[in-house]
Amino acid sequence: MLAGGDHDVKILAGGQSLVPMLNLRLVRPSVLIDLNGVADLDRIVPSPAGGLAIGALVRHAALADSALVKERAPLLAEAARHVGHPAIRHRGTLGGSLAHADPAAELPAALVSLDAHIVLHGLRGERSVPASECFLGLLTTALAADEIVTEIQIPPHGPGWGFAEVVRRAGDFALAGVMAIVARPGPSRRLESVRLVGFGVGDRPVRFVEAERIITNPAFDARADVARVAAAAAEACDPPDDVHASADYRRHLAAVLTGEVVGQALARLDGARST
Amino acid sequence: MITPAESLTVRLTVNGRVVEREIAARRSLADFLREDLGLTGTHVGCEHGVCGACTVLLDGRSARSCLLFAVQLDGATVTTIEGLTPPDGLSPLQQAFCDTHAMQCGFCTPGMIVATTELLENNPEPSEDEIREALGGNLCMCTGYVNIVRAVVQAAAASPGTARGIS
Repeated sequence: MLAGGDHDVKILAGGQSLVPMLNLRLVRPSVLIDLNGVADLDRIVPSPAGGLAIGALVRHAALADSALVKERAPLLAEAARHVGHPAIRHRGTLGGSLAHADPAAELPAALVSLDAHIVLHGLRGERSVPASECFLGLLTTALAADEIVTEIQIPPHGPGWGFAEVVRRAGDFALAGVMAIVARPGPSRRLESVRLVGFGVGDRPVRFVEAERIITNPAFDARADVARVAAAAAEACDPPDDVHASADYRRHLAAVLTGEVVGQALARLDGARST
Repeated sequence: MITPAESLTVRLTVNGRVVEREIAARRSLADFLREDLGLTGTHVGCEHGVCGACTVLLDGRSARSCLLFAVQLDGATVTTIEGLTPPDGLSPLQQAFCDTHAMQCGFCTPGMIVATTELLENNPEPSEDEIREALGGNLCMCTGYVNIVRAVVQAAAASPGTARGIS
């Protein structure tokens, strides 16, 4: 029905973004396909490599409360805890959040930070898209017209993670937020696998590539270089300018929050190493 | 070729009563409760998931009834403010709202009571911060949040662990 072209079709998962748009008549599909009855899409399964395979219908509350997610992907659990309010988290789904692709949403940015892969299912079969290639712009993803999200694969990540956002009220979309993953896989002090991702600061989750490069430089010194990292993060942002906050203020927040999450991630990394 | 359905017959439990109806596919749960079942305690404010006035318990967990379609709820259990009200009198939480003048215009009150009923079930002795966070998705257009928080504090203190209307 999705591929047929006979109907203007939308897929309904948790409905916490789509139904407001329907109620406001911003979208007017002729047909809704409710995925909620599809079996097995609401599971969180540990992968042999140490990561997770998460069904598209897993709700935010389940992500935030799951012992398995807290252990294997604590950044994702933390991000899920910050989505909306309890009533929203009880219904909203991971697959729905990423298919909706709001640039200020926590979960798409978390998936980019975690280097997740998104499994899509369509008429031509199944394919897997890296999260970093999934978000193409404002409410725009790599999903083809006949595809649905079925699973999100999260590789294992170490203890070095950070999360910070600024919201006007708990549960609001963030004015700006940043997530960090840092790892030190080798015996040296050198940091690798660094991912810094901003949300609410562009038309999609924004990787702060130049800031990451400064951190992975063998000469990186957290105390001396934090201002450069923060400045590079701000430089990478192209934030919206609206009634809630100016673009300049959001850029400023991205810089401050970047310093904060890098600090969190390094502290967790060192804490884990010393125990 | 599958033909899209304009309406579906669903069977669900509302406030302990089994209801089986043919419902138009586009009918929201909020409209179904109010218009079809006459349960007008569930208030419809913004109709796009922001204000929280239409909050109900779906299978025991808070949800926005304006963001659900009634036809999605085959086999589900829904509890509204009417279901949280004892046959005689008020629940301790409802009484606390009266005692502390937390009702004000009353429009947001059902959603506030549903949301805080859930809070007190999971956390019988919440801190003020936890109360405010749990009510973050419920707007009071009278802006009377101080008394609402006071009501929840009083209800929690009066009957720790049993703040729910009917146990």
